[in-house]
Amino acid sequence: MREVDRRGKYSRRIFLQGAATAVPVVAVAASAGLGIEDAWANEATTLTPATMTTLVKVARDIYPHDFLVDSYYITAIKPWDGKAAKDPAVKAMIENGVQRLDQDAKDRHKAAYVQIPWETDRIALLQGIEQTDFFKSMRSDLVVSLYNQEALWPKFGYEGSSAEHGGYINRGFADIDWLPKA
Amino acid sequence: MAKFDLNDDGVVVIVGSGAGGGTLGNELAQKGVKVVILEAGARNEIQDFVNNEWDSFTQLAWKDMRTTSGSWRVARDFPNLPAWIVKSVGGSTVHWAGASLRFEPHEFKIRSTYGAMPGANMLDWPITLAEMEPWYAKAENKMGVTRTNNIPGLPGNNNFKVLEAGAKKVGYKEVHTGRMAINSEPRDGRGSCQQIGFCFQGCKSGAKWSTLYAEIPKGEATGNLEVRPNSMVLKIEHDASGKVTAVVYADEAGKTQRQKARVVAVAGNSIESPRLLLNSASNAFPDGLANSSGQVGRNYMRHMTGSVYAVFDKSVHMYRGTTMAGIIRDEARHDPSRGFMGGYEMETLSLGLPFMAAFLNPGAWGRSFTSAMEQYPQMAGMWLVGEDLPQETNRVTLDSVAKDTFGLPVASVHYDDHPNDVAMRDHAYKQGCAVYESIGATATFPTPPYPSTHNMGTNRMSEKARDGVVNKFGQTHDIKNLFVSDGSQFTSSAACNPTLTIVALAVRQADHIAGAMQRKDI
Repeated sequence: MREVDRRGKYSRRIFLQGAATAVPVVAVAASAGLGIEDAWANEATTLTPATMTTLVKVARDIYPHDFLVDSYYITAIKPWDGKAAKDPAVKAMIENGVQRLDQDAKDRHKAAYVQIPWETDRIALLQGIEQTDFFKSMRSDLVVSLYNQEALWPKFGYEGSSAEHGGYINRGFADIDWLPKA
Repeated sequence: MAKFDLNDDGVVVIVGSGAGGGTLGNELAQKGVKVVILEAGARNEIQDFVNNEWDSFTQLAWKDMRTTSGSWRVARDFPNLPAWIVKSVGGSTVHWAGASLRFEPHEFKIRSTYGAMPGANMLDWPITLAEMEPWYAKAENKMGVTRTNNIPGLPGNNNFKVLEAGAKKVGYKEVHTGRMAINSEPRDGRGSCQQIGFCFQGCKSGAKWSTLYAEIPKGEATGNLEVRPNSMVLKIEHDASGKVTAVVYADEAGKTQRQKARVVAVAGNSIESPRLLLNSASNAFPDGLANSSGQVGRNYMRHMTGSVYAVFDKSVHMYRGTTMAGIIRDEARHDPSRGFMGGYEMETLSLGLPFMAAFLNPGAWGRSFTSAMEQYPQMAGMWLVGEDLPQETNRVTLDSVAKDTFGLPVASVHYDDHPNDVAMRDHAYKQGCAVYESIGATATFPTPPYPSTHNMGTNRMSEKARDGVVNKFGQTHDIKNLFVSDGSQFTSSAACNPTLTIVALAVRQADHIAGAMQRKDI
């Protein structure tokens, strides 16, 4: 059978290299005391870097895929900053949502959401806000904004568009070789 | 290409260009009848289609506001998307899968076969399979259905081979790559299937029959057919005698136009068609056109559906190749010993990764969901599609609050599963899982129904005017020059996919309309 090459074009290394070349961002990150990997969060114009960082953690906890580096979750989350800039109601929903999550985290674990070490404990907090508009909006947006990134499809063994390759008629549409003989 | 005047009152105006409207338009044009098709969507051609699920959805799907209610899970998961159908020239024949099956004899006679059942509003069709057979034959020939007319079946893809192996293991007998309106060899000026996948996103090779390129251009070539895209019909008008006279629509620029008509045929699919009749209410017809029975919008059927995805320890790559070329027919029989009336088909189905995320278990999150997603390349999938029973309360009505951009009430779709539907779905999930488990599936996912792709019954056929909206030719009981030409005519839903029957009815209706026009009956 023809297997799918799971090595995506966008490895963690390439992402970090890309971030490192953006000098101003690095400078900003350094002055803000953020690690280089958090530099992206500082690009947000409306939401705070801390809020953005929490949203990315929430995104990973909602759809945890350990073979995906943060860049995919960041790509999925980033548009919320623009939506918050355009709509004060969205901004309030996100800020209040993160605030409540952090408050719940502090009440139970004496730490902000992102500081809670075990996923299980964070999931319990998310379950507590599952019925809120904040959580529902995050999840329903994420199921598209995460899984619709072409760059991550190979990691899931999905090949995407096929017509330009002549379909699968000569590329393994019927190459299964392990079934019991009928 | 024809261009008819807005004041030409000799034309047949067809609302919609899908399986019903597109076929009727071409058939009438071939007979020399002048036809204007008003299509709400744009004219996207083969070269415009994209092999990307969300991009294609944005391009093709009917996304105009609708509302929902009822116990069906779609109302919770997709409250403003009761149906996944197409707004584009060619209608839902652009994204249909191609499965082309005839009804079984009993499926035209459910009231007399199943007997009365609480909650169900069953009725026999005013036609029989024997009467429909020649029309089915014409439709199969026109559409190039595999396993008919000496057309070979499609080759089985990986997803089919898994289905077939499991089916044989559990003892099913009727398993094959389906009767598909997808060319297995070049035919009718179109090439053969390239196993692209993405059948639901518009066929990039044109191997799949669609009115967009297999019917409409032929009609246009006669000089008798004009298709106006981006033309949303708002109202059908009538005169004092009760005959329909014109159709009011919003053109590409949003400007209101009035096309006069000798005959009007409504083929906007089972949600928009009743909505249009209801929105066309007048002083003479306060409950909407053709609604003396009160049945317009009622008896909405959407099939008992569900899917089973199964995970294996080795790769399947189910998305490669024809999406639905695979079927198990053993459960399609009527056999009440299983605990329900009617039957169901098991058909291969695959979704790409983005749609799998959206539809595997809508609303789900966390590791049990992501674990399933990570098995994507090792998944096989089947769709379960069976007869659902007509219920008067399953119904398309005009929403009392929500309005469209033209200020007209949007359609509100109410659906509750009948206990028979639930019993059938439970049985189908069990059998579907058994098929895959028999050959070593390590996990199975009974997946809930998607937004409806099969929409039927909201202007149903009946022998008596009091029981339904149209007669055996799709002619409304109340208004003799007003016809219904889509799946909303269906008196029952049957187990199989509806398109072949819609096309067969449209071919038959064209014969009837042309004859009646010639005789000056209409």
